Amino acid sequence: MSKKTLIPIGPYHPLQEEPELFKLWCDGEIVRDIKWETGYNHRGIEKLSESKTYDQVFFLVERICGICSTSHPFAFANAVEEIAGIEVTDRAKYIRTIIGELERIHSHLLWVGLAGHFLGYNTVFMWAWKYREPLLDLFEMITGNRNSYAMFKVGGVRRDIEAEKIPVIRKEMAAVRKKIDLLTGAVMDDPVIHARTKGVGILTRQDVLDYAAVGPTARASGVAIDIRKDDPYAAYPLVNWKVITAEAGDVFAKAEVRLLEMYESAYIIEQCLDGLEKTSEEDITVKVKEIPEGAGTGRAEAPRGEVFHFVVSDGSNSPARHKIRAPSYVNIATFKKSCIGQTIADATISLAAVDPCYCCTERMAAAWDIRSGQKVLNANELIELSLKRTAEIRKTGAGHE
Amino acid sequence: MAVNIFYFFIFPGLLFMAVAGGLLSWFDRKITARVQFRQGPPLLQPFYDFFKLLLVKETILPRHGSPVVFMLAPLLAVFGATMAGLFILLPLFNISTGFRGDLLVIFYLLTLPSFSYILGSVASGNPLAAVGSSREIKLVISYELTFLLIIAAVIMKSGQHFDLDTVIAMQRSGTPFIGSVSGVLLFIAAVFCIQAKLGLVPFDMPEAETELSSGIYIEYSGPPYAMIKLAKYIMLFILPALVVALLMNGMGQGAGILWAVLKILGVVLLLTLIRNTSPRVKIRQASGFFFIWMNLIVVIAIVLIAFGL
Repeated sequence: MSKKTLIPIGPYHPLQEEPELFKLWCDGEIVRDIKWETGYNHRGIEKLSESKTYDQVFFLVERICGICSTSHPFAFANAVEEIAGIEVTDRAKYIRTIIGELERIHSHLLWVGLAGHFLGYNTVFMWAWKYREPLLDLFEMITGNRNSYAMFKVGGVRRDIEAEKIPVIRKEMAAVRKKIDLLTGAVMDDPVIHARTKGVGILTRQDVLDYAAVGPTARASGVAIDIRKDDPYAAYPLVNWKVITAEAGDVFAKAEVRLLEMYESAYIIEQCLDGLEKTSEEDITVKVKEIPEGAGTGRAEAPRGEVFHFVVSDGSNSPARHKIRAPSYVNIATFKKSCIGQTIADATISLAAVDPCYCCTERMAAAWDIRSGQKVLNANELIELSLKRTAEIRKTGAGHE
Repeated sequence: MAVNIFYFFIFPGLLFMAVAGGLLSWFDRKITARVQFRQGPPLLQPFYDFFKLLLVKETILPRHGSPVVFMLAPLLAVFGATMAGLFILLPLFNISTGFRGDLLVIFYLLTLPSFSYILGSVASGNPLAAVGSSREIKLVISYELTFLLIIAAVIMKSGQHFDLDTVIAMQRSGTPFIGSVSGVLLFIAAVFCIQAKLGLVPFDMPEAETELSSGIYIEYSGPPYAMIKLAKYIMLFILPALVVALLMNGMGQGAGILWAVLKILGVVLLLTLIRNTSPRVKIRQASGFFFIWMNLIVVIAIVLIAFGL
């Protein structure tokens, strides 16, 4: 085996805004192996959540991700409402869906801009982010915040969308369609973009199934998984829309899926606005007395894929256990398939193509001695221990037959 | 001797080229900003950038690698760019007639900046700089052949005259070379060559911010980086000036000076628009682009010249 150069991407690198480390072992320009290290941004949110009341946890999980800041409250609400057996009103469902889909549009626009930036196409970056701005203004009008909207609570939403705001949203949806048309045209018709993204970072259908990838990453490889259809929640079963898929599995297909999904989101929002007009105002929340003992799972389709929350309640006013899995946790693992064998230039855009979010994904594993309270093992030592044990089992043949 | 020192350092040398290049850099950045719905920098921003690096920022030397080569490379870049600029601007401003064969000297001197960036980045011992310099080497190999063919075509078109002064004089007495089919083809190839020489998108893969975090320049800081910026400003001025001299009949007197400034601005505007409407290509694609397509159109231009078109 020839000597390979280590090209580090991170912990501080202009490719991605978050601290993370990709180690690319390269042979000239060709990436031969990839390893990634996260852990620069661990915040202990799951543990923190156990010390907050159910109302407070919404504000906490909203801050897991800055971009898809409503998907985590969405999944958490689904989980808690499953424990308590709460059915929220139709109006609350519509409002939740509108917030979720507006967020999808702004998140995808943000990705399109960043993808352009990663390719050195800064004009697309600036344009996409300019087009994203009116959506943030909409958020400010509806929720009072441009980001981290604080709209969700157990049993409904915190703010209503009043009748006079509906035409404003409708107008903006019509406007955003035109802007997406323009961006789609700029991306789909540019021969240089085709040359840079087609056939790059391919994930086959089998790779997606093997690595259990989710969201647009999976849908671009022809796997039509979408929590909104597979496990319907909020107003998604009440409106008409379709799951966008592409077959190629390359970076171009991922861009295509995201661009077309924005049209679907605009369509969903318009139908939800119709729904709002049919339901009576102020009917946005049901009264919740207490959360009974039990366990519930909540899933939501974030712009990046499935968000999964598992909540155990012991009947008190805060979760006894709260487990979160963000979409990037599974999507990042696909880099093993999409980057190896590519050039560095292709690998960087393949890394960006799953729209990874590292701070959502941070995990820590450690073993503690209960009696003394001392940390005895960290993650690496645990892995080594596990490998050693596996080797021992293999040697002795124990565990087989 | 004194007059030569004046030529080199003041006019049309280092100082003049740096100021003109800085202003052109502002023009490039302002146009870029307007294309991207931004406000853009104030007029003197390129000079603020330069003096901040030169006077305020500290120099950090890489621990591994060769500090002498690392520090001298930016100076070599400035020297090469200034010398090439002198041989271009002296005939262009009708200050001196240059000498027979100066076109080839210009060609060699113009490779000095790229060459010194490669030297400096390899001397820094950074793995990202190593990838960047290998890309720069491949890029230089790709576009230099096209660039040499363009100069050869211009020499052919001028009737075997190897000096810039005669090339300009022939255009001024007859028609500018760009007024023919072969001239237009040469202009297109020349614009792409300049784009690559300046390291602008789509040919910025040696520095590729989002891949290599500035690649060949990654270890530079403070005054050495200021020198690199200076060399870049100078190149941004003299390369469009060379195109104006080679293909667009140079500069006249009086109102002709304004006309020449407009021509240079036009070429820079073209470069800016290209860099704002395309993504970065891969090094293999860039090599293919120059080796096949650009060389092809220059060869077609040479054939057309042989037929007098």
